[in-house]
Amino acid sequence: MFGRQRLVVVPTKIAQVGGLVRMLQTIRKFVIDNYLFGEEGTLSDEDSFMETGIIDSTGILELVRFLESTYSITVTDEELIPDNLDSVSKIASYILMKQSASPQTAQAHSFRSSGDTRP
Amino acid sequence: MKPNGAASSDLLRLDPELETERITNWIRATVFHALRRKGAVIAVSGGIDSSVVAFLCARSLGNERIQLLFMPEADSSPHSLQLGRMVADALNAKSVLEDISPILAGAGCYQRRDDAIRLVVPEYGPEYKCKIVLPGLLDAGRYAIFSVVVQSPDGRMTKVRLTPDAYLGIVAATNFKQRTRKMMEYYYADLLQYAVAGTPNLLEYDQGFFVKNGDGAADFKPIAHLYKSQVYQLAAYLGVPEDILRRPPTTDTYTLEQSQEEFYFTLPYEQMDLCLYGKDHGISTSDLARASGMTEDLVDRAYHMIEAKRKVAKYLHAPSLTMD
Repeated sequence: MFGRQRLVVVPTKIAQVGGLVRMLQTIRKFVIDNYLFGEEGTLSDEDSFMETGIIDSTGILELVRFLESTYSITVTDEELIPDNLDSVSKIASYILMKQSASPQTAQAHSFRSSGDTRP
Repeated sequence: MKPNGAASSDLLRLDPELETERITNWIRATVFHALRRKGAVIAVSGGIDSSVVAFLCARSLGNERIQLLFMPEADSSPHSLQLGRMVADALNAKSVLEDISPILAGAGCYQRRDDAIRLVVPEYGPEYKCKIVLPGLLDAGRYAIFSVVVQSPDGRMTKVRLTPDAYLGIVAATNFKQRTRKMMEYYYADLLQYAVAGTPNLLEYDQGFFVKNGDGAADFKPIAHLYKSQVYQLAAYLGVPEDILRRPPTTDTYTLEQSQEEFYFTLPYEQMDLCLYGKDHGISTSDLARASGMTEDLVDRAYHMIEAKRKVAKYLHAPSLTMD
């Protein structure tokens, strides 16, 4: 029983961690390409976009479009707050929260990002 | 909530007589000596700022040395022109009406704007009206993201959050208006050997509430050091018509009535003035809140917004850059 549990749980955890790492990389690449003109500099995943002045209000609009199209989510007006969007890691947490609230979307995205074309 | 304490209103009080003398001396020295021009062109919108600039220039240079321009377009309120004419009448100054709608139509201003709106409101058509708006500063701590508000011919109002393409498309198209007006101002400046007067107040100048190479361009800007509340004090002293003093500040850029508050500042100008003053004079959020009647949270948000808008305004203020 114990052995069977390990066989199931461990790959799931690895997949989750792998998914999060990919998500962080994807968001980070978007931020660097679009707001830092491809120059990575010293941006950390925790750096506040507001405090560093990286993103203005037009940038937030671009970010929302990117998140909605990449992760198949809808960002509501109420969710347009710094707690959700003010750093790479906050964005990742927000996406995970949205996906956990809508598992079908998360699954569909997971298939797409791994190159799997199943519906 | 409006600031109503004596302490807050005193912060921005000026001696209008003294300030008028100071500014008129500066205008004379600037126009005649620094710029070596024979007078000033002033675009009069019917708002408080351009009216005050017209009164100051007339007092400084003489009413025979100012040229007032009225430049309405298809989306302008007819009331703006009436107010503008009041200024010309009060000053007994030369004025000319230039309807810029055909130029704007030729440049595709209206078509481009409507195409951009249709990206988010596909049914938007010629009989519709529109404006773009920001949420209020205290709107649940949200980012200041623009929405478009449209009114259908049967009066139905719809508000839709803008996508980046729609937002940039609308702004880029409507900016034709300010840039076309500036082009016309310089036509008259060249014709008369006059200088072009800019009309921003400190709040607009500091916070980037202008179009680069549009209303942001001018040869001299005589009230760019005055808070909006101070412009009103000066207007009352100079005898600007009451109808202009009483008119709420408006952008007069979109077909639906749009306040400066919903377009840019997200706070009434009285509060923005106080927050700008407080931030620039090292007044803590708690002290300003106490003096003004605003909440500390509101002042804190305003201080952050001022800083954010200043970052955006840096590009707007930047001249053409050249290598050493």
